[in-house]
Amino acid sequence: MSEKFDVIVVGAGPAGTSCAYTAAKNGLKVLLIERGEFPGAKNVMGGILYRKQMEEIIPEFWKEAPLERPVVEQRFWFMDKESMVTTSYKGLEWAQEPYNNFTVLRAKFDKWFADKAVEQGALLINETVVTECIVEDEKVVGVRTDRPDGEIYADVVVLADGVNSLLAKKLGFHKEWKPEEVALTVMEVMKMPKGSINERFNVEDNQGVSVEIFGESTKGALGTAFLYTNKDSINIGVGTTLSGMIKKKMKPHQLLEELKSHPMIKPYLEGAETLEYLAHLIPEGGYNSIPKLVGDGVMVIGDAAQLVNAIHREGSNMAMASGKMAAETILKAKELGEFTERNLDSYRTDLYDSFIGKDLKKYKDAAHTFEEHPVYFEQYVPLMNRAMSTMFTVDGTAKWDKQKKIMNSFTAGRGKLGVAKDLYRAWRVVK
Amino acid sequence: MNILVCIKQVPDTKIIKINPKTNTLDRSSAPAILNPYDAHAVQEAVRLKEVHGGKVTVLSMGPPQAKVAIKKCVEIGADEGYLISDRRFAGADTLATSYALYKAIQKLMDEQGIDLVLCGKHAIDGDTGQVGPGIARRMEIPPLTNVIKVEEVDLKEKRMKVRRKIEDGYELIQSELPCLLTVEKEINDVAYSPLPNMIKAARYNPIVWTVDDLDDVDIKQLGLKGSPTIVGKMWPPEKSAGAEMIDGDVKKQAKALVEHMLEKRELFEVKGGEKV
Ligand SMILES: Cc1cc2nc3c(=O)[nH]c(=O)nc-3n(C[C@H](O)[C@H](O)[C@H](O)COP(=O)(O)OP(=O)(O)OC[C@H]3O[C@@H](n4cnc5c(N)ncnc54)[C@H](O)[C@@H]3O)c2cc1C
Ligand SMILES: Cc1cc2nc3c(=O)[nH]c(=O)nc-3n(C[C@H](O)[C@H](O)[C@H](O)COP(=O)(O)OP(=O)(O)OC[C@H]3O[C@@H](n4cnc5c(N)ncnc54)[C@H](O)[C@@H]3O)c2cc1C
Repeated sequence: MSEKFDVIVVGAGPAGTSCAYTAAKNGLKVLLIERGEFPGAKNVMGGILYRKQMEEIIPEFWKEAPLERPVVEQRFWFMDKESMVTTSYKGLEWAQEPYNNFTVLRAKFDKWFADKAVEQGALLINETVVTECIVEDEKVVGVRTDRPDGEIYADVVVLADGVNSLLAKKLGFHKEWKPEEVALTVMEVMKMPKGSINERFNVEDNQGVSVEIFGESTKGALGTAFLYTNKDSINIGVGTTLSGMIKKKMKPHQLLEELKSHPMIKPYLEGAETLEYLAHLIPEGGYNSIPKLVGDGVMVIGDAAQLVNAIHREGSNMAMASGKMAAETILKAKELGEFTERNLDSYRTDLYDSFIGKDLKKYKDAAHTFEEHPVYFEQYVPLMNRAMSTMFTVDGTAKWDKQKKIMNSFTAGRGKLGVAKDLYRAWRVVK
Repeated sequence: MNILVCIKQVPDTKIIKINPKTNTLDRSSAPAILNPYDAHAVQEAVRLKEVHGGKVTVLSMGPPQAKVAIKKCVEIGADEGYLISDRRFAGADTLATSYALYKAIQKLMDEQGIDLVLCGKHAIDGDTGQVGPGIARRMEIPPLTNVIKVEEVDLKEKRMKVRRKIEDGYELIQSELPCLLTVEKEINDVAYSPLPNMIKAARYNPIVWTVDDLDDVDIKQLGLKGSPTIVGKMWPPEKSAGAEMIDGDVKKQAKALVEHMLEKRELFEVKGGEKV
């Protein structure tokens, strides 16, 4: 029989690497298997990395990690065809240690992070695809890869293989995701001189901006677009639930092209040159879609476990936190001497008790509700825009009359009761 | 059979950009890879080892990052890897490179014996194809370049037979051992490495030597000092105009081709296929 490890982690994204790092640091013999040419080679993320969960793995990582810019301003744009209503918060406390969050390019970041796990003693092998878990007596005992002599064994296999998680599916932990459980996102990295970024976004060299865009950017479908500033490039992308794309018969690249040429966006992109075009799924099923997380000798973490808070675009942080919790559970199970589902189950309970379980529970009906009731994205965003336009256009109409007109425009389509219901429904799912 | 393979880490010239101002390679624009020809050389060494036994050792001169290329060779099946790395090697042209490699090979020869040295046909960045023959000359062993097949190895009689690619076919050559081969890609397919090799490579730490680890080195022959090559000017090759495809049956194609050539060379005053 070939070599045996304490832990095999499949996938060197934020989830897998966090798990490998924590396990190796605590003396376990860890094998981290990645299918890409190197970790991050094909990984896709809008680009916001949260300080808190990363810091819990590597304190003061910002002193060393390849980050782009600390985000000092978060903007929200509610866009109609030729207008937008905006709101934002900018705070210079975010421009100083310990910062709040950062923009990153995953190809650089993931590689750096995986190298850190290797420094802790994890063995990393790239360009190797895990094809399935080896199951003996209903217990996962290792993995099979696409390489010759490709079987390798471990006490625990941790599945961090991202959104599709074919491996967990093969084990019967979940079914094929439904179109409303995943969002299809496309994005581009566009080269832009540092000076132009600073000027256009009104920041200094080491300050970044995140922009979330709602409404026309997804043609009213449930989803968002984003624009994030890197050091000398920007990330722009858009995504909606797969079901939204299907319903509206939209093609993702077309959505992105339209976004890029939207009059509210275009001036920001002047002269920018596309470096990369990327497409990826985001698991957005939330709380109700979390699959079976633990079995005998196996655990599921990160996107593979649907751990994404779509409303707050948090995914990488949940991936990291879940990876760390999984590693800590393995350490405890090692003391108990057995890696049964029972001994590994504290990972599941820890996860549900943490901010991950709580936040996903809080929004468990949000996506579903907004999907069922498209009024929020389709109608209220344009209405908001028209309201602002009416209010601030000086045309001799008295403000009282304007307010009445605005109120009427809100209730015209849906009736007073309808609006009240919409508001109540929205409040209920995000309260 | 102990086989030594010289390998070089190179920027991936398929995607590298050229700095338009200086006309030099912008090395940061492309990832560093194992010189593709060298991968075939290592694969051939591994294949020969499987048949004749022995050991495959790889040797590279380069910066510390070149360890990654050596590890890649362990994935392919090399047993051991040495990196000679030292500021004093820097700036070497082919003469100084082959001298430094030769000095390391001499030391390995003394320590473990070497029956065969393999190199790639050329490195995809420097492209000269001179390092292999340079090493052979210094070792005073026969250089067999452009090898596409190893026909036979006779360890008892200390000789081997190989096919060399030549312009209009191949040449069958017999040489004494040890000798040095530079290999073409046709020599084999680099196999998809088995998982145990991948794990071994992930763990492997190449042995690093500095100038001081080598014996009887003439410092004047190393690095920039030992490099008489002067780069006069560099420029990217002119882009050739788009090719024209000729279709039709053989007769038609031949006719079109002849017409085209006559026209281009302005012979017989042919224009549009007609004599004018
Ligand atoms: C466009 C977009 C924007 C996003 N924006 C943000 C954001 O701003 N902030 C945020 O926090 N989150 C964001 N997310 C979500 C975030 O990217 C994910 O939640 C996060 O990457 C999950 O990490 P992971 O390690 O679980 O999975 P991944 O990052 O997907 O990593 C999985 C890894 O496993 C490897 N792998 C897969 N299958 C196999 C196999 N069979 N064998 C070997 N290796 C395998 C893959 O190559 C990959 O390296 C965004 C996602 C997208 C698509
Ligand atoms: C005109 C010119 C100017 C140059 N100027 C400079 C300069 O100023 N500074 C500078 O740093 N470089 C310079 N170089 C590059 C340097 O000379 C070569 O990269 C190096 O000497 C190897 O030659 P090559 O790349 O042509 O290899 P080739 O001779 O084409 O390589 C053939 C084979 O030799 C072996 N081999 C080659 N190099 C190595 C190595 N380093 N370690 C192990 N095996 C090896 C491999 O098996 C390879 O497949 C220059 C090259 C040229 C052609």
